[in-house]
Amino acid sequence: MMDLELLQVLLLKCLFAFLMVSVVMSMAGYSVLAERKVSAWMQGRVGPNRTVLPLVGYVPLIGPLLRGLGMFQPLADGLKFLFKEEIVPGHVNKIYYYLAPLVALVPALTTMTVLPFGEFVDSTGNKIPLILANLDVGVLFIFAVSSLGVYGIVLAGWSSNSKYPFLGGIRSSAQMISYELAMGLSLLPVFLWTSEPGSMVSSLSLVQIANAQDSSAWLVLVQPLSALIFLIALFAETNRLPFDMPESETDLVGGFHTEYGSFKFGIFFVAEYAHIVIGSAIFTLIFLGGWHFLPWINDPWPTSWIGTLLGTGWFLAKTVFLIFFFIWIRWTLPRFRYDQVMSLGWTKLLPLSLANLVFYVILITWLDQSALNT
Amino acid sequence: MNIVDLLFYFFATLTVGGAVLMVFSKHPVPAALFMITSLVGVAALFVLLEAFFLAILQVLVYAGAVMVLFLFIIMLLDVGPEGGKASRIKVVSGLAGSVAAGLLVILVLNFVLQTGFESNRQIWPAIDESSMVTGQNLVFSTAVKNFGFGLFTKYMLPLQVSGFLLLAAMVGVIILSKKSVAEES
Repeated sequence: MMDLELLQVLLLKCLFAFLMVSVVMSMAGYSVLAERKVSAWMQGRVGPNRTVLPLVGYVPLIGPLLRGLGMFQPLADGLKFLFKEEIVPGHVNKIYYYLAPLVALVPALTTMTVLPFGEFVDSTGNKIPLILANLDVGVLFIFAVSSLGVYGIVLAGWSSNSKYPFLGGIRSSAQMISYELAMGLSLLPVFLWTSEPGSMVSSLSLVQIANAQDSSAWLVLVQPLSALIFLIALFAETNRLPFDMPESETDLVGGFHTEYGSFKFGIFFVAEYAHIVIGSAIFTLIFLGGWHFLPWINDPWPTSWIGTLLGTGWFLAKTVFLIFFFIWIRWTLPRFRYDQVMSLGWTKLLPLSLANLVFYVILITWLDQSALNT
Repeated sequence: MNIVDLLFYFFATLTVGGAVLMVFSKHPVPAALFMITSLVGVAALFVLLEAFFLAILQVLVYAGAVMVLFLFIIMLLDVGPEGGKASRIKVVSGLAGSVAAGLLVILVLNFVLQTGFESNRQIWPAIDESSMVTGQNLVFSTAVKNFGFGLFTKYMLPLQVSGFLLLAAMVGVIILSKKSVAEES
């Protein structure tokens, strides 16, 4: 017999995991809507405003408002993907063709286990981070798992057994290798900065990095170049414009998902947006202070659960702003050519991030030495 | 049998099975994918040994970066199922394989003979959670800091040597690629 307390803990963990998945997935669903609405707004259109649910849509005031905002549209999109006819082209490599969307989705969902989203201060003053699994190498875990996500695209490109998806897959793998280096190197100065000399904590934890920005400067102000390189690499890793080489519609039809339809295409779609949501959350945590209020200002909210809720809300607000930023960039900048993407990665970003690292190593050493001497 | 044992058998099967399938698959792309499975299995075994940092590095470097490069090259050159058949070094590869297998058997036998079969004997020192590092006394711990400290003190020379080897390989690649450009023009 399993004893009751263990069962309770297990059930609670499952509940938390379920809540986290549903929040991130609905955020991914609504970023699709945000993409459509924001692009409509930028192009002087109206965007989706017709979809309506029976009953809810006819409530006075709220109903028409929600309909105008297109709040029911993601539901309709999801159902459309589910009920479309499953078409599998005859020339594909069946096993890998079915495997690819799953390989793309699983890493995007796994990374959320080490994503902190708030902090609870109990009556004794202990800070308890709100996180599913508090790894002390959280950042590296996210990098490791999300680097596996590229296999979904590569597999889709290869198993489709057709020219355009194949090119998309090749481009994706080359792009991934090029930008992962710059991404990792841009974060090294951050780790150096947040771990003070002689400290016993490992600052590879996202909670520690976020808390290092509590009532002091946000890291985007201390290390603007690291933040810029990280953001560019993030755009490349999430395959967003101006780096959406794997699917660039104008020269590759649909890229890696040309041969995919119905729900399998939907999974690719959701995986891409889940990547954007989680990437925005990571950028917020590392460079924008996470759930802390403003640079140099103490959190104005109380330390009870109200403060926790406000902090989490503030964190979500920053994340949503970054998602908006992703969309904003997409409808502002044109797409790079493939060779421009490669040369930007290898001849500009990589040397720049190395120089950035050397500069901060010297700066931090100098600061530490002068702190020791005084 | 508790859950850790079950997980160990699961991931050990994944690792060995992935390796075997990699060797026997005809097409290079599935072979590379099986190799990724095997590498992820090894990472999971590291996690079971509480070496989280090593596990993550295994996934990040090997499964995440090196294998992407492998797949990129395989797909770029479009190597088909016939790619491996043309090689005439069947004898050499068979020889190398048997030598490696023999070395593995010797290693396992040596380990078993030295430590005995008793399962309850403490072979490794207990894992320390703290990141305390003092002088040359390297603590066997899970803290990331200890890896760095060990690498830059006790294992400085091996680190430098491996860095130098990688540099030599890089210079070699640059020279090789320069040469082919000169021949084309």
